[in-house]
Amino acid sequence: MKIPFVPERASNFAPEMDALFYTLTALTVIFTVLVGALVLFFAIRYRKGSKAKRSGAVDSHLGLELTWTIIPLILGLFIFWWSAKLFIKTRQPPKDAMEIFVIGKQWMWHVQHANGVRENNEMHVPVGVPVRLTMISQDVIHSFFVPQFRIKQDVLPGRYSQQWFITTKPGKYNLFCAEYCGTEHSAMGGYVYALPKKEFDQWLASGGSKKQPPVSMIEAGQRLFEQNACGNCHGALDTPKGPSLVGLFGKRRTMRDGTEVDVDDSYLRESILNPYAKIVKGYLDTMPEYKKQLSEEQVLFLNAYIKSLGATQAPSPRTVMANTGNNK
Amino acid sequence: MSSVGNPTVNPEVGAKPNYLQNGHTVASWLLTKDHKRIAILYLISVSVFFLLGGLAASMIRMELVTPTGLMMTSDFYNRIFTAHGVIMIFFFLIPAIPAVLGNFLIPLMIGARDLAFPRLNLLSWYFYIGGGLLGLSAILTGGVDTGWTFYTPYSSMYSNSQVMLTILGAFVAGFSSIFTGINFIVTIHKMRAPGMTWFRLPLYVWSHYATSIIIVLGTPVVAITLLLVGVERVFHIGIFSPELGGDPVLFQHLFWFYSHPAVYIMILPAMGVISELFACFSRKRVFGYHFVVFSSMAIAGLGFLVWGHHMFVSTQSMYQGLIFSFLSYLVAIPSAIKVFNWTATMFRGSIRFQTPFIYALGFIGLFVVGGLTGLYLASMSTNVHLTDTYFVVAHFHYVMVGGTIMGFLGGLHFWWPKMTGRMFSDYWGKLAAMITFVGFNLTFLPQFILGYLGMPRRYHLYKFAPEFQIWHILSSAGAAALALGFLIPAVYLTLSLFNGKKASANPWGAKGLEWTIQSPPLTENFEEPPIVTEPAYNYDPEEAELEEDEEAESEEPVGARA
Repeated sequence: MKIPFVPERASNFAPEMDALFYTLTALTVIFTVLVGALVLFFAIRYRKGSKAKRSGAVDSHLGLELTWTIIPLILGLFIFWWSAKLFIKTRQPPKDAMEIFVIGKQWMWHVQHANGVRENNEMHVPVGVPVRLTMISQDVIHSFFVPQFRIKQDVLPGRYSQQWFITTKPGKYNLFCAEYCGTEHSAMGGYVYALPKKEFDQWLASGGSKKQPPVSMIEAGQRLFEQNACGNCHGALDTPKGPSLVGLFGKRRTMRDGTEVDVDDSYLRESILNPYAKIVKGYLDTMPEYKKQLSEEQVLFLNAYIKSLGATQAPSPRTVMANTGNNK
Repeated sequence: MSSVGNPTVNPEVGAKPNYLQNGHTVASWLLTKDHKRIAILYLISVSVFFLLGGLAASMIRMELVTPTGLMMTSDFYNRIFTAHGVIMIFFFLIPAIPAVLGNFLIPLMIGARDLAFPRLNLLSWYFYIGGGLLGLSAILTGGVDTGWTFYTPYSSMYSNSQVMLTILGAFVAGFSSIFTGINFIVTIHKMRAPGMTWFRLPLYVWSHYATSIIIVLGTPVVAITLLLVGVERVFHIGIFSPELGGDPVLFQHLFWFYSHPAVYIMILPAMGVISELFACFSRKRVFGYHFVVFSSMAIAGLGFLVWGHHMFVSTQSMYQGLIFSFLSYLVAIPSAIKVFNWTATMFRGSIRFQTPFIYALGFIGLFVVGGLTGLYLASMSTNVHLTDTYFVVAHFHYVMVGGTIMGFLGGLHFWWPKMTGRMFSDYWGKLAAMITFVGFNLTFLPQFILGYLGMPRRYHLYKFAPEFQIWHILSSAGAAALALGFLIPAVYLTLSLFNGKKASANPWGAKGLEWTIQSPPLTENFEEPPIVTEPAYNYDPEEAELEEDEEAESEEPVGARA
């Protein structure tokens, strides 16, 4: 039987994270051995009855105190700097990242690809391509954790959170929920399958593992848009009934109270489910709330459709991240 | 209860009864205002909770031996690990050292007759018991499954368990902490004997002063936070649940604002004990006394500014995270300073290997590992991988068990003769300390590896990663040894009450006012109000070489006969 010591390193973050991990481990071992050896040495040398010299010991020594204050401080600040640098990298996805949507719910992971392929408790990703996850929970807090990628991000109800990575080798990796979420918390997991790019594209185009012809998220969103008659008020042009959604995504809007808001996924979601939270200047409280009527999945579809209505310019990922809350 | 200490009149003191002999009725205990008797009440009650919490821990370790569980449903498992956490943190670790040893020792160490508010002290015990009973009744009526962290909206909207009773229990017990904290602060300010200046105070007293400040400032915050969870749960007023317009991360901020400093509430008193033990058993003044004092105060202050390091992956903003990470490195420094000062204390000392010191040495070993592994979690990018895994579990057990419980047991053994008037078997004492040390490492070292491998905490099953099993088996084996290490002292300490050798006033040859009075002390503590003329720990290691140690020639081990 093989005894596991190190989780596989399968993402772009894993090597540097591990370098930091082993540096910390080296420091831990060095300091533990240093203190342990000193304590044992003193304990034996100065045990009662030993012939060791006992006179002239001082009670305090400024030089020593400064030494063991400043050296750990410098080491600590070095680790802080290194770690922070890496962390900032993990928060800044490249612009061209492929987007995958994740919905957490008691007790499963639902994965949604842009072309409409859906998966449960599995996630297929291409090797070597930056992937950005946009995640939301339908109930309590969950946490998306792939140990072999060294990534973890809490998935909250009511707001999108994001995570990105590049898988570096094909394989099957663990997917865990890391935030306690109730009875079947430990069963809320599955696997991430990293496929070579070509194989992945094929897999995706052929409708995923279930081989069902997918309906793209934009298409699904358009259907919902029509079913709910959103177009009655949100047409091609701004009208007194409602602002046009064409080219809306990525813009900055001024609200009734004068605050400015960047239109991102979180803003769209809020304006659909709970429109009165923020009302654009010049409009009335006329839109119905869809809070109880649309699922998180449907909101993702609608968002996808609205975004497809000619985003004037793609918002930089930094702006999107900033407004989802974990990169301010 | 009156059998505690098996009171017999000490002929050397004449007719005056000691505090244990001063009343034998149940009422004389339950209505006592004597800080020493209240300490005994606390000792008995925290021990009961420790036993219950330990029982839950052994069930957890048994269940995790196989990837698919052994005997429990997931619902049951979730209730058991929550019970373990809630009991150990709110009803054992937080009160253990302050309420038992602190209550007993602070007036004795500063030369006072009692604490400043004896009635408040007794009331605090009743609040503790009230909170404890509420907590226990929650467990008996079905248990609670939120984890001791009560994260929302799970706790406020989704959990079908006794959340309200548990929250109420923790809320009520919080008052007990606050009362004790206020009592200590006022006592230390106003009731020091003539000549007992601030910088003559034993470091034990300083550490309790720092702890009390944290308690008084922090506990109200968690109390209110838990009430807000209750308000949302019962009245559906939106505070934390997004469904009701609330913010779930707000709960985490409020919760950790207290619960991170609470870690220092648990560890600072243990550090105080360790300072006393290093000084006494090295027969030396604690090295860098002032630095140790300021370290305690720095921990109390900085400890309030680092709570966000529990939330790096919670969607807290990145810049916030950077600041919390930076401050977490700063708060690590004072603890490092203390460890180095304790080590330096041994230099040119006259060292005795008696039971309390073995615990102190164990503390150093475990606390150093516990502290250093905290750096992995203060570091943001390693935290991303390690948070909410067994790495965190291992880390805080090294600090809480390796630190606080080793400190508590070291202190309990050190002051046991003072509290009960009896000596225990040094042989069994050392053996138990060493079994605890080995068992502890066997239990929790594997959990660091498990965490690094990615085993999430609070997992009943690990069927998706059965390769973790080998480490779980090792950990469970260690837990058995650890349990033995805790049970042995329970046996020989209890036996010592009946057939232990009578303790003299100062069996360890220690300095400090508490050792200048008889064991067990009179109800009024000091017959003459003491006047302090020398600094703390006025030891002389050269003279100490010539001392006859009372305990050096241990008689036949008392426990051995049992």
